[in-house]
Amino acid sequence: MGYVETRDLRKVFGDVPAVDGVDLSVAEGEFLVLLGPSGCGKTTLMRMIAGLETPTSGEVYIAGERMDADVPPRARGIAMVFQSYALYPHKTAAGNIAFPLEAAGVARPAVTQRVQEGAALFGIGRLLPRFPRQLSGGERQRVALARAVVRSPKVFLFDEPLSNLDAKLRALARYELKKLQRQLGTTTLYVTHDQVEAMGLGDRIAVMNHGRVLQVATPREIYDHPADTFVATFVGAPPMNLIEVDDRTLLGFRPERFLPRPAFDPSADVVPFRLRVQHVENLGADRLVYGVLDERARSDQPVIADLPVTVTTPLGEGQVYDFGVERRWVRYFDRQNGARRGGGAA
Amino acid sequence: MALPSGTQPASGSAPPAVAVRPGAAFRRRTLADREDLLGRLMLGPTLLYVIALAGIPFLLAIVLSFSDARAGSLSFSLVGLRNFLAILPDPQFHRALWNTLLLTVVSQAAVLVLATTSAVILDAGLPGRRAIRFLLLLPWAVPVSLASLAWVWIFDSTFSVINWTLKALGLLRTWLFWFGDPALAMTAIITVHVWRMFPFATVIVLAGLSAIPQDIREAAVVDGAGFWRRLLQVDLPLLLPVAIVAVLFGVTFTSTDLSVVYLLTNGGPYNSTHVLATLAFQRGILGGDLGQGAAVALFLLPVLVVVAAVMLRLARRTEVGA
Repeated sequence: MGYVETRDLRKVFGDVPAVDGVDLSVAEGEFLVLLGPSGCGKTTLMRMIAGLETPTSGEVYIAGERMDADVPPRARGIAMVFQSYALYPHKTAAGNIAFPLEAAGVARPAVTQRVQEGAALFGIGRLLPRFPRQLSGGERQRVALARAVVRSPKVFLFDEPLSNLDAKLRALARYELKKLQRQLGTTTLYVTHDQVEAMGLGDRIAVMNHGRVLQVATPREIYDHPADTFVATFVGAPPMNLIEVDDRTLLGFRPERFLPRPAFDPSADVVPFRLRVQHVENLGADRLVYGVLDERARSDQPVIADLPVTVTTPLGEGQVYDFGVERRWVRYFDRQNGARRGGGAA
Repeated sequence: MALPSGTQPASGSAPPAVAVRPGAAFRRRTLADREDLLGRLMLGPTLLYVIALAGIPFLLAIVLSFSDARAGSLSFSLVGLRNFLAILPDPQFHRALWNTLLLTVVSQAAVLVLATTSAVILDAGLPGRRAIRFLLLLPWAVPVSLASLAWVWIFDSTFSVINWTLKALGLLRTWLFWFGDPALAMTAIITVHVWRMFPFATVIVLAGLSAIPQDIREAAVVDGAGFWRRLLQVDLPLLLPVAIVAVLFGVTFTSTDLSVVYLLTNGGPYNSTHVLATLAFQRGILGGDLGQGAAVALFLLPVLVVVAAVMLRLARRTEVGA
């Protein structure tokens, strides 16, 4: 049994299912990312685990204990970091970090000590007397993390805690968050719509859409062997190219696997395509090539190639070139339901 | 520069030529564009109204309080502080001043507690809370004269439903003459005031509660705080700026109110329940001593100004930044 587990968890708002029968199992100490577009139910799922939302049906278990509607959030051993950080604006950073400890009835000297320790962990000791409005976005985020960490919860619940940071700070915060989680070894659920964040942070990723979990796997597995066309196109930027083979089959490959023929080793097993180049974007580290396939059976299908800077083949717009994908990187999907077929999978 | 609506850059030729249609309706600045002028025009009627019906009488009252003007006489001369010096040692004035303070402080404290309680209850998502909210506002919307008449019956010396109810429940052995005993009469006045003021305060507090970000209230839940800790350490501190404004309004309304005392007890029994407003009315209008009436009415003005200034300052200071 998982450390955090949901069984056929369902939440219906009105007659719209927000979470539609989710079975999820998070191992102890694992960092699991819930990834999906906005409105896919990932936040509702997390809020049900937190106890902020009552499930319509289904069960939640934390550390082997059933968390039904009678178990309030405070009794679930969870700590949550909100997207807005939700710091108490009328309390100082120290007051914010101390709040959950005071609520738990920790004695005053112990509170002070643990606030100091928590602050030291995030390097915010000198910010303790300040109010949230006197802190920058990154500093607020650290205070929110410290508030979550000080009472040593069983489970961290993070609801897009990095999305209010600017891009530069976000990469650093991502690294620090991952390091912190490894260091503490606390089981973590992390909600995000950012696939880069998910790939970088998660031990495993659960991809959600329309209230359902489509695939739970390691980032590598999700990326290389997406369970269906939604996962294939939601994870990865630019997304996986999908090409209609016939009425029943879609063929998929990643843009960075789609290269000019000269870039391949002569002995490689390559599926050939002819590409009519329409537009080339030079992004510095790589070139994005937008074009359509120029094949008899499957022409006019838009595809993107992502060429690393090491591939120097000159490409002119409007010209047709020989491209290809190594056969082991080609995936096949059912055109009707989008599910991946066995062919090409490892 | 923005293109006038309806014109589009000519396509094809580069650089794009901007075709301005001659005689277009919006080429000239209209009144709607001149915010400074428009603002003044729209504020004008309100300002006129306030100056004519509040500003001028107020100035007149200040002038009168330093004069020996009497109703029915045209003689008028300034007498300096004589009116104020006359009322200062007057025991009836002392009583009225004390009653005003008592009424204001006790009723506002009660209003604050009741309003916060009912707002927290309504906020918890009671079924039919829209209907309850509507019903709550009724006491505030009912004309005070009408409501006071109803209360006069509720406190009637013979028919008082309160007395009959208490009696029926076996809680009352004697009979309470609500308007016959000074302490009971003040209790009645305070009760009616609270009844009148608290619905409005509830609505203000409710608005304040719903303005607290949901995330913060949920964070407190997840952080393990129970009901009282959430109320006292999260909700109430964040409500403070709003509550201060509500109290400020309440203090001003209550301490200057004439109608409730006038209609319920008319200052009786034996002038024991006068507040400054009713005493001023009695001295100035009924008694004809305009100067002294104005002095009584204006006595609390400096205090109220200071209270208002302090409270507004406090509200600004506790206002939470983003």
